[in-house]
Amino acid sequence: MSSVPPPALDFGTSAINQALTTAQKIGLYTLMVRIRRFEQAALKYYNAGKMGGFLHLYIGQEAVAVGTISLAGPDDHFITAYRDHGHALSVGMGMNECMAEMFGKQTGCSKGKGGSMHFFAPDKNFWGGHGIVAGQTPLGLGLAFGLKYLGREGCCLCYLGDGAVNQGTFHESLNLSGLFEIPVVFVIENNGYSMGTSQERSSAYTGCLAQRAEAYGIDWDVIDGSDVYEVRAKTHIAMERARKQHKPTLLEIDTYRYYGHSVADANAKKYRTPEEIENYKQNHDPITLLRRRLITEGLLTEATADAIQAAAAEEAAASVKFADESPAPTIADIGTDVYWETDHATPASRIGRHFFND
Amino acid sequence: MSRTLTYRAALREGLDEELARDPNVVIMGEEVAQYNGAYKVTEGMWKKWGSKRIFDTPISEAGFIGMGIGASMLGVRPVMELMFWSFHSVAFDQLVNNAACVRYMSGGLCHCPIVVRGPANGGTGVGATHSHIPEALFAAFPGLKVCAPATPADAKGLIKAAIRDNDPVYVMENTLLYGNTGEVPDPADGDHLVPLGMADIKRPGSDVSLIAHGRSVIQCLAAAEILQAEHGINCEVLDLRSIRPLDQDAILNTVRKTHRVVLVDESKPFGGVSAMVGMLIQEHAFDSLDAPIKRVCSLDAPAIYSPHIEHEQLPNPKRIVAKVLSLV
Repeated sequence: MSSVPPPALDFGTSAINQALTTAQKIGLYTLMVRIRRFEQAALKYYNAGKMGGFLHLYIGQEAVAVGTISLAGPDDHFITAYRDHGHALSVGMGMNECMAEMFGKQTGCSKGKGGSMHFFAPDKNFWGGHGIVAGQTPLGLGLAFGLKYLGREGCCLCYLGDGAVNQGTFHESLNLSGLFEIPVVFVIENNGYSMGTSQERSSAYTGCLAQRAEAYGIDWDVIDGSDVYEVRAKTHIAMERARKQHKPTLLEIDTYRYYGHSVADANAKKYRTPEEIENYKQNHDPITLLRRRLITEGLLTEATADAIQAAAAEEAAASVKFADESPAPTIADIGTDVYWETDHATPASRIGRHFFND
Repeated sequence: MSRTLTYRAALREGLDEELARDPNVVIMGEEVAQYNGAYKVTEGMWKKWGSKRIFDTPISEAGFIGMGIGASMLGVRPVMELMFWSFHSVAFDQLVNNAACVRYMSGGLCHCPIVVRGPANGGTGVGATHSHIPEALFAAFPGLKVCAPATPADAKGLIKAAIRDNDPVYVMENTLLYGNTGEVPDPADGDHLVPLGMADIKRPGSDVSLIAHGRSVIQCLAAAEILQAEHGINCEVLDLRSIRPLDQDAILNTVRKTHRVVLVDESKPFGGVSAMVGMLIQEHAFDSLDAPIKRVCSLDAPAIYSPHIEHEQLPNPKRIVAKVLSLV
């Protein structure tokens, strides 16, 4: 008997990836690079005091958002938690509006009212950007419910972290999705840590986190999040199941974040060994892996790859300049976007007092 | 022509009319469909409308309210029943973080046209966990709207206005009012809507203003009759109907008319609706007052179970009469 492990499957040969043109493959690489460069710029200016609050970096996890959202059909929808920059750029939001949001500027995607954790672009089917762990899971369920109710063919990808799987709302959402046959795909982006607490110290489970879906009669799968092709191949099946069969799926995409839970995570390098972080960077980095593969396959040259990196860095730097030079919200802006009716000065908004300032 | 309907039937009629008007209106909640409603508000509606328009949810308030919020962002208009508003606590994150804040945090890109409705009252012998009265709690969150109808006509008019509103509206009903009857305009005479933010003088008077909402209005009307008959005091009863938006003009007008005011509020005293109303009166009508503002609230403790005494914890005609007599 041989103890040699079976060879890894090559998801690059899956039909959904075979269908990609060279330009589209390079597009996946480019988007991952843009996300990383954007966040590296954000980190630099966060540390320089240009933005407030938290900064939850996605660096290391890029293949998850890029791979899954690259599968988007016209009526597929996306919602995530607070580590939302990668999803935002993946749905097509611009660096400018995202960086400006973090800088707290009027030109931000949420007019400076949401911050890093609350990016939104409903016109691109992106519904946030949500700050409370697992609080977005019923919303993702609801977006998918809405698609089914309105008779539209599509699905909602609802992302959460491995730290969200022990929240009640997540389990309520799983139950409702199975019970009502809702076209939602829950995507656990498992980076191994709920802030500073490892998966082993936070979750009781058999096999893997996604296996919990069995209790709800829901299909599930586990995906290597460092391989954008595997992400696409397996997520495609879940999305088709949702769109065509109105069946939910729970996916667990194994990934890793190089930085702490947020940049304010003082112990980011204490609860993990330097070897662990270095191993991921060296052997599992999704950008490095795709670059290597594209170059090996002759689809990309070192020079082009470097140019993509340089262009992304330049774009990120320009977004910083845009954000820095943009105007801040005014005191008057504090009072808008509270009620739809008052924003639209409807007859209803003129009846009774809505606000209780002096 | 108006008809006499129960508060429950008036609510049902309002829900039914809105289901007919807008195919995106959908009713969900625990036991609302096949069971015909825990309090029979939705009785017969499942048979009429079927499982797409009205369906039962599991006991999973955070899950189904969050689901409704998500669906509303996409254009569905969910009306969600909380069997008791007291169960808000298990769905609080959805009710205040997602429903109230999603418009703001998205810079106005999203909105959340949901209605959450159900009874919010004490006085039914179900103890503290089932007797919460959270009007003021939710009115304290900008982005939310709250109303509390006291009569069948207002119940119908407000539920319809709430469903048509493009912001989240939390409608606080009362199990002790569901069986009350009152005149409700005939649908043949036109759509009966009661706008949010518009108070209503339920009894004109000249000596003292009683300002209340929900079932406390009914208690005020009873107290006013006693005060008139036994003490010759002519009370005006102002029904707020809507907590946020709030009809400040109506509040100030009645104070300026009578110069004396007793706020009657089933909330607890600390931070209750009456605390806000009292603040507005002192701020805007201080010079019109001939006496300090007084309040009759629920006695400041968790809701007692004992059927022998629980009505004494709530505003009732006896307590209101005593408070008014202390003023004049």
